[in-house]
Amino acid sequence: MSEIVKKFMYLNRKAPYGTIYAWEALEVVLIGAAFDQDVSVMFLDDGVYQLTKGQDTKGIGMKNFSPTFRTLGDYEVKKVYVDRASLEARGLTQEDLVAIAWEDMETEEEVDNIVEVIDSARVSALMNESDVVFSF
Amino acid sequence: MSDTIEVDGKQFAVDEEGYLSNLNDWVPGVAGVMAAQDNLELTEEHWDIINFLREYYEEYQIAPAVRVLTKAVGKKLGKEKGNSKYLYSLFPYGPAKQACRFAGLPKPTGCV
Amino acid sequence: MSILHTVNKSPFERNSLESCLKFATDGAALLLFEDGIYAALSGTSVEAQVAGALDKLKIYVLGPDLKARGFSDERVIAGISVVDYAGFVDLAAESDTVQAWL
Repeated sequence: MSEIVKKFMYLNRKAPYGTIYAWEALEVVLIGAAFDQDVSVMFLDDGVYQLTKGQDTKGIGMKNFSPTFRTLGDYEVKKVYVDRASLEARGLTQEDLVAIAWEDMETEEEVDNIVEVIDSARVSALMNESDVVFSF
Repeated sequence: MSDTIEVDGKQFAVDEEGYLSNLNDWVPGVAGVMAAQDNLELTEEHWDIINFLREYYEEYQIAPAVRVLTKAVGKKLGKEKGNSKYLYSLFPYGPAKQACRFAGLPKPTGCV
Repeated sequence: MSILHTVNKSPFERNSLESCLKFATDGAALLLFEDGIYAALSGTSVEAQVAGALDKLKIYVLGPDLKARGFSDERVIAGISVVDYAGFVDLAAESDTVQAWL
């Protein structure tokens, strides 16, 4: 395990189901979580559609991986960001998105929802701060 | 070419690592047969974890990595069970990998 | 001669919808499916463009793809009809040609 903690950003810009990117990205985030780095997950452009509530894929015969986003907290991912302008262009608000809870087992500190809607300047700043950006 | 295991006279397809090919095929007997192959006898404590994993998968659609399992078990079944020593005592081949296999789940996401 | 146009790409990622709307002529039908369904939702930055196209086109959206992506029929722009797979097949069968904007 590396001693130096790097800032990893996973950048998601694709809608779910139409392509495999969204699911692949989520798997990489969960696998990468084992490496104890400083991880943030960013949803931008059509990527914001990955987090919509109430997804039901029975009719299209595909795996519904929407519930899996709610395990990000269990995997110690605490920084999940959504670009506000991307939401607005799509007629969406935070109300339309799933909530992801996080809890520290030792301190019992709880956060009901780690999903944070941020403005574009903050998105840029977070990108600039990252050591590595993984794009999907 | 996939392998099969026999449970109550019925064949179940498994992958090259011994995980059940189709999650929906699972019956409790699968866990018993897999455990016997690993020279384990399943107790109520084992079943608590197997059932817990199946519920976790049902809710989140993934098999959790070992440290996520440990944390989640602690939350659900009590702190004395939410530690790797206890879980390894039940599942010596790795609580997530082995217990997920018995539960008919895929290999855990995030197991390295 | 009737044409069924299909669009399965997000209007925010590709210009498939834009090209389709530019070239589709009066009386044609348009079916939005897969990631194309996002164009059928109200409140988006392409809503005016899509609603405007209803003057010359009949527009349909595939219900199972809407549901999969977390949207109910109520989120769809008024005037667009939600169809199921059987409806998709009927539309294709009724049309002389199916033109897919990939």
